[in-house]
Amino acid sequence: MSRRLREWSLAFAMLAPSVVVLVAFVLYPLVRAIWLGRQRCDALANCYRTNGWQQYIDVAQSREFQHALWVTVKFALLTVPAGVALGLGLAVLADRQLRGFRFFRTVFSSTVATSVAVASLMWLFLLQPSRGVLANIDWLNSLFPVLKSPGLLNDPGTALTSVAVSSIWANLGFTFIVVTAGLQSIPRELQESAYVDGAGPWRRFTNVTVPMLSPTLVFVAVVLTSRAFQAYGEIDLLTNGGPVPQDSTTTITYLIYGSSSIAKSDAGLQSSVAVLLFVVLLIVSGLQLRGLGKRVHYGS
Amino acid sequence: MAAEMIATEAQGPRRARADDTAIGMDTVRRGWPMVLRYLLLAFVAAMVLLPVYTTLVAALKPGGKVLDRPFVPEHLTLQVFRDAWTEGRLGRYLLNSTVVAVVITTTQLVTSVLAAYAFAFLRFPLKTFWFAVFLSTLLVPLETTLVVNRRTVDSLGWLNTYQGLAVPFLATAFGTFLMRQVFMQIPKELREAAEMDGLGHLGFLREVALPLVRPTLGALALFSFLASWNQYLWPNLITTEEDMNTVQTGLRLLNSSVPDIERFNVPIAGTIIAALPIALVLIAFQRQLVRGLTAGAVKG
Amino acid sequence: MVRLDSITKIFDGVTAVDDVSLEVADHDFMILLGPSGCGKSTLLRIVAGLEMPTSGDVIIGDTRVNDIEPKRRDVAMVFQSYALYPHKTVRANIEFPLKVRKVDKATRAAEAEHAAEALGLTEYLGRKPGQLSGGQRQRVALARAIVRRPAVFCMDEPLSNLDAKLRSETRAELVALHQRLDSTFLYVTHDQVEAMTMGSHVAVMSRGRLEQVGSPSEVYAKPASVFVAQFIGTPPMNILPAGLVEPGDVLVGVRPEHLGVDDASPVRGRVTLVEHLGHETLVHLRVGETPVVVRTQADAAAPVVGAEVGLDVPAMHRHRFDAVSGRRIDT
Repeated sequence: MSRRLREWSLAFAMLAPSVVVLVAFVLYPLVRAIWLGRQRCDALANCYRTNGWQQYIDVAQSREFQHALWVTVKFALLTVPAGVALGLGLAVLADRQLRGFRFFRTVFSSTVATSVAVASLMWLFLLQPSRGVLANIDWLNSLFPVLKSPGLLNDPGTALTSVAVSSIWANLGFTFIVVTAGLQSIPRELQESAYVDGAGPWRRFTNVTVPMLSPTLVFVAVVLTSRAFQAYGEIDLLTNGGPVPQDSTTTITYLIYGSSSIAKSDAGLQSSVAVLLFVVLLIVSGLQLRGLGKRVHYGS
Repeated sequence: MAAEMIATEAQGPRRARADDTAIGMDTVRRGWPMVLRYLLLAFVAAMVLLPVYTTLVAALKPGGKVLDRPFVPEHLTLQVFRDAWTEGRLGRYLLNSTVVAVVITTTQLVTSVLAAYAFAFLRFPLKTFWFAVFLSTLLVPLETTLVVNRRTVDSLGWLNTYQGLAVPFLATAFGTFLMRQVFMQIPKELREAAEMDGLGHLGFLREVALPLVRPTLGALALFSFLASWNQYLWPNLITTEEDMNTVQTGLRLLNSSVPDIERFNVPIAGTIIAALPIALVLIAFQRQLVRGLTAGAVKG
Repeated sequence: MVRLDSITKIFDGVTAVDDVSLEVADHDFMILLGPSGCGKSTLLRIVAGLEMPTSGDVIIGDTRVNDIEPKRRDVAMVFQSYALYPHKTVRANIEFPLKVRKVDKATRAAEAEHAAEALGLTEYLGRKPGQLSGGQRQRVALARAIVRRPAVFCMDEPLSNLDAKLRSETRAELVALHQRLDSTFLYVTHDQVEAMTMGSHVAVMSRGRLEQVGSPSEVYAKPASVFVAQFIGTPPMNILPAGLVEPGDVLVGVRPEHLGVDDASPVRGRVTLVEHLGHETLVHLRVGETPVVVRTQADAAAPVVGAEVGLDVPAMHRHRFDAVSGRRIDT
């Protein structure tokens, strides 16, 4: 066999394992889900065709989906800007010149060690109405009666925000670590030259630090947004999509897989929502990269 | 990474970094702004530590006493932990999580390295097309694939098995691109020298390429392990037998199975136990963690 | 013996090597000389097996090796950047080619030490490349190539990363090495001093084509084209425009040391610069539009800048080239 052919066969042999897995468990499912989304299934996984492609339109226009979409968007709006701002602010404040910066850095990075389940349960313990810590602090209760009745997680007004808080908390570690690392790659001379030019701390922050950090910040924003759109565990553990009947915390993902979701045993419906989620995410990422991408400053 | 090892010049003087003083130059050392800064940081740190602290304290007290004074560590006992371990079957779940995480991590390393090597060093037809195939899998959200994956795994008879838990994650485009990036930093002449010395591709991979990219490999391994350990949705979907739960879904089970007030902190203790292994791993491998997280961030 | 038969190599529409045929005798020190981009490195890599020719044959010994991979061609290569394995010690680097060929441990160690000793590296065997200077690394690269005792040594500008003093020392060492070993050396450089002092034969290339092959003195004394004439020799040969000294479409070339000042000559030039180098003096003139350099004795009287002088162009030191093709015309 010629040298070229040998190289080709080796290459394909090396690619094959990855390709097989990726096609079987990522690409094929996508295609199959698109097809399944045209059908309805019963709990025994028997599927039958209904309106074909029209089903997508029906689902997209359905009250449940629209509501879930709205909840998801709200959730993202609650968690992403706050998450980025918090990570950025803390990373900048906890810099090397501060005595004890190592302690603060460790604390702020620590949440990266928590999984969704662990973080959610910790916050559940804090926020539960009857057996939760906050609900049992009397002076707190008198200020915020909602803590005990019906409980932050059971009140339609506060449920989503409470879940968002736990999510921001859990993501802080990741955001903090990434932004801190990004800060370290900004050359000090830029800050110094701004200082010499007479810029005060705030101006240096807005004119030097933030622009130079922009690729990092965009990266963090994109990751946090996709996490927000894919949020499942925290909702499953904290609110179960409730409180009913408003379903204040039913996100799109919960609509697909949640135990109290109407789509739960219908693989066809699940698929159509899943595919719609894919489309929504594509649009959102596209918008983000375009919108934020314009504000990114590369090169140094 | 590899480039640092390859650029073998002696180190020059340490380059000053922006986080040496992100905000204040040498002016802000004492006085009000500094005090304010400390206060702010301390406050946020307290907020970040609050859930962890309360959880820890609660897990150390007997059930009935937890809510008396939730922030004060008194009546300490380890009994609750023991109960959580046995009732929560945490031993078994930790084993499951570990087995699955190890399988996924090692397999991902193998498939990513092989595919990355092919992309970085070999010539073969339609390279761009294959690259696009890998890239496209990054666009598909996990949630969209799981509906069909569940059916696939079911039809293979792999529900409630280790294989079922691991198989959709045996390859990763992210890992492939990461390794490809770092393989491409190896100078071409090194490959040619190895060729002259008589090494084929696999030999070169084993003797030269892999040793040179060890840091990145470590980061990828940590990242994969973490991601696999923290998974919630997929294990939830395919385990119906109690035995096969992972730590994350096991927590959920524990949480919903403990009704009476005297013992409601058992799931809380379970949470601490579940969080410990990862916390320890992360402390041990901090540098790899930062490397892995920032792999996509700096320089877009 | 290495033979290249009508080798052509085209990259993406660019012809890097254009129909080059070359024969290198056993134990020869052949230098591939030319400016950057002339195809010399590509030709070397084709011999080593790192590139495949678009057309033509490569023969090593009596075997056509086109389809044979580098490791089975009995060729070793020393790269411009040395290409040492940064994570292995010097000893491991040198032993490596033998390890790959499954030579046993004892023999490997012995050979490596032998090679290290030959190149003065014995005390560095335990270190890693990162701890060595440029010159030392280069010697490690050489040792790694030697240890295989190959039939052909390919070297791609091995001295270009060294400073001037080290370069001249290493030049001498390489020549000595060649004497000691039983291999054929194939050496690429753009530095004509290296070519002239080290090689037994020089192959001058320009833009993918072979301009001339010969011993250094042949190439100096009888350059086959204007290109070769001007590439070899410092300062380069003066090429006088057609019709100035001799009638017809003939370019006349004369080396600076063969020109003299003669007020009776019809060839006139204006002095632009006089350089006193200590051991000699270089007089720069302009003859019409053409710059000309004359090399004279240091103590001879030098003309003044701005003066107009006559140029003596002795007939027996004239090189004649066709004005159109640039090739040498021998009468």
